Amino acid sequence: MSKQSPRRIIPIKVERPSNLTSDERAAVLDACARLKKLPGALLPVLHAVQEALTYVPKDAVPLIAHELNLSIAEVHGVVSFYHYFLQERPGRSVVHLCRAEACQALGSVALESHVKARLGVDYHGTTSDGAVTLEPVYCLGNCALGPSLMIDQQLHGRVTADRFDALMAATRGPA
Amino acid sequence: MSDPAAPVKIYVPRDAAALGMGADQTARAILTEAKHRGIAVELIRNGSRGLLWLEPLVEVEVAGTRLAYGPVQAHDVPALLDAGFTAGKNHALGHGATEQIPYFKKQERLTFARVGLTDPRSLADYLAHDGYRGLKAALALKPADIVAAVTTSGLRGRGGAAFPAGIKWKTVLGADNPQKYVVCNADEGDSGTFSDRMLMEGDPFVLIEGMTIAGLAVGATHGYIYLRWEYPQAKIALEAAIAAAGAAGYLGQNIQGSGKAFDLEVRMGAGAYICGEETSLLESLEGKRGQVRFKPPLPALQGLFGKPTVINNVITFASVPIILDRGAEFYQHFGMGRSRGTLPMQLAGNLKHGGLVEIAFGMTLREIMYDFGGGSLSGRPIRAVQVGGPLGAYLPESQFDTPLDYEAFAAVKGMLGHGGIVAFDDTVDMAAQARYAMEFCAIESCGKCTPCRIGSTRGVEVIDRLVAGDNAAKQETILRDLCETLTYGSLCALGGLTPYPVISALNHFPEDFVKPLRASSAAG
Repeated sequence: MSKQSPRRIIPIKVERPSNLTSDERAAVLDACARLKKLPGALLPVLHAVQEALTYVPKDAVPLIAHELNLSIAEVHGVVSFYHYFLQERPGRSVVHLCRAEACQALGSVALESHVKARLGVDYHGTTSDGAVTLEPVYCLGNCALGPSLMIDQQLHGRVTADRFDALMAATRGPA
Repeated sequence: MSDPAAPVKIYVPRDAAALGMGADQTARAILTEAKHRGIAVELIRNGSRGLLWLEPLVEVEVAGTRLAYGPVQAHDVPALLDAGFTAGKNHALGHGATEQIPYFKKQERLTFARVGLTDPRSLADYLAHDGYRGLKAALALKPADIVAAVTTSGLRGRGGAAFPAGIKWKTVLGADNPQKYVVCNADEGDSGTFSDRMLMEGDPFVLIEGMTIAGLAVGATHGYIYLRWEYPQAKIALEAAIAAAGAAGYLGQNIQGSGKAFDLEVRMGAGAYICGEETSLLESLEGKRGQVRFKPPLPALQGLFGKPTVINNVITFASVPIILDRGAEFYQHFGMGRSRGTLPMQLAGNLKHGGLVEIAFGMTLREIMYDFGGGSLSGRPIRAVQVGGPLGAYLPESQFDTPLDYEAFAAVKGMLGHGGIVAFDDTVDMAAQARYAMEFCAIESCGKCTPCRIGSTRGVEVIDRLVAGDNAAKQETILRDLCETLTYGSLCALGGLTPYPVISALNHFPEDFVKPLRASSAAG
């Protein structure tokens, strides 16, 4: 920012106490240090934090705000706006099930019922054993080969109830 | 096959749709089984040919011709090798020469000319297939002449709004500012569309070339590709291509010795449909909530970080190199009316032969659904088709003869949008589809304007009451009134177009909104 900038920037000095572990804290600080120079750095930083920690912990928000010289409200506002950023720790695997029209045309509503019943959770829920979190997604770009879902960023097409059960068995490993 | 010792070229797509059907396992099986049998194989991971119902579609090159086999699962590989498919022998999964398959042969592939043909990781392969000829032509032109070529070609924004690309570019060129940007909208959120994904995964260089030409045309030195997180394979492909282009001097401070600079980076979205709207995309790139901006000012004058910005869809940019290479007249020659060139249509949902079909504007919906799509996958009659994504109208059988043309679709209160066609068979419940349209709007609304933020939730409630037969005639009046408020009162297309699927479902399929037992009182 040049001196002519009409906005006065007042650095926020006070850091709030947090319950992050030292590893988590280090991961957040590393993401901020690597990326904060980018124009519009907040989304890249949040992606890096989620990649390292599987979610964006509530206690990471003030730290990110401090590092990027943003208000906590601004960071919280962004984290909560985007569906992809998880604010709670997910299960060991995340299943993104497509709810969009092209998959509906191939029976995704029935598949959705099966998935929820089999996992025993609704959307945004995590199975009691901590293995799987179920998230909705609105189009995976696999619309000719639906119903589709993604398990940990791995796309699967033409998913039937049986195929879902087989995929879950493989994801969860031997009981 | 003159040299028996030369390895057999086998192509297995790395396109996400192919991977979703097991292409990686198929590729591994081919390598393992071929090694067992002492057959030397050169495995190439290409993009998809777009015949998606045949994925994983394996191609074998025999005497310079690529032969298609598909769908090939890993467990099919031993039998294929036993049948001699590496020498092009027949097998039940064989389809003959890929480019002679009618689905492929009948297309007019301009933008998708290389997708599925080349190795998307290889700049040399791109150059060997007419790559970077558009940039070469552009480097010899003045910026205003590049813009004029794009204008003359008649290219309209392929993201959905169909605004003439040349006019947008001209505005940015005319804006006096030392810093300008080129932004690619790769937030392809419309259900039923995947052409951006296929192009970025199958031919990332053509997008990079198109954006570089845009940079030269308007005087921008930095570009961003805003990519949705749901496309991790596209991210890998783009970043590899950007690195290769940079290393060969096609990006950077001195493009091909011209003294012109252009750099490019990929930024990831985070699951917000609204970020496909250009102003909310810009907000998101700036690190903010993806909330829609008021227009004016136009992004062309005050866009990213307040600077003049060209923002176009993937297919728009990717159509530019061929226009510069072959000339505006060549491109303009395709199409009908004011819809010039070709549109990559995406056949999706309940269709037997789903995939990508690039054709000139003008073919009817019926022709593309039956001649290319092969009718429904379930074998039941197709009852409704949604064209143009979740904000597109549901069309009944009586409108299947509408030609694929921006104006013709507008005339039947529909929209062509980004070219997605989602077919539903006769088991579809259109009231449920209308309800979903409102629910989707409620989930994805950015919340800035009231009609969209609140109207969508009220819409779900009203449809529930209407279908329950709770004073149905009155509910229908309220629903139509609410849709009018959304149409005319919303800031952007999300709220403004959500009434399209809702009202078209209500108008064309009123019987689905009537509770069977109370049909007499509800048939308003």
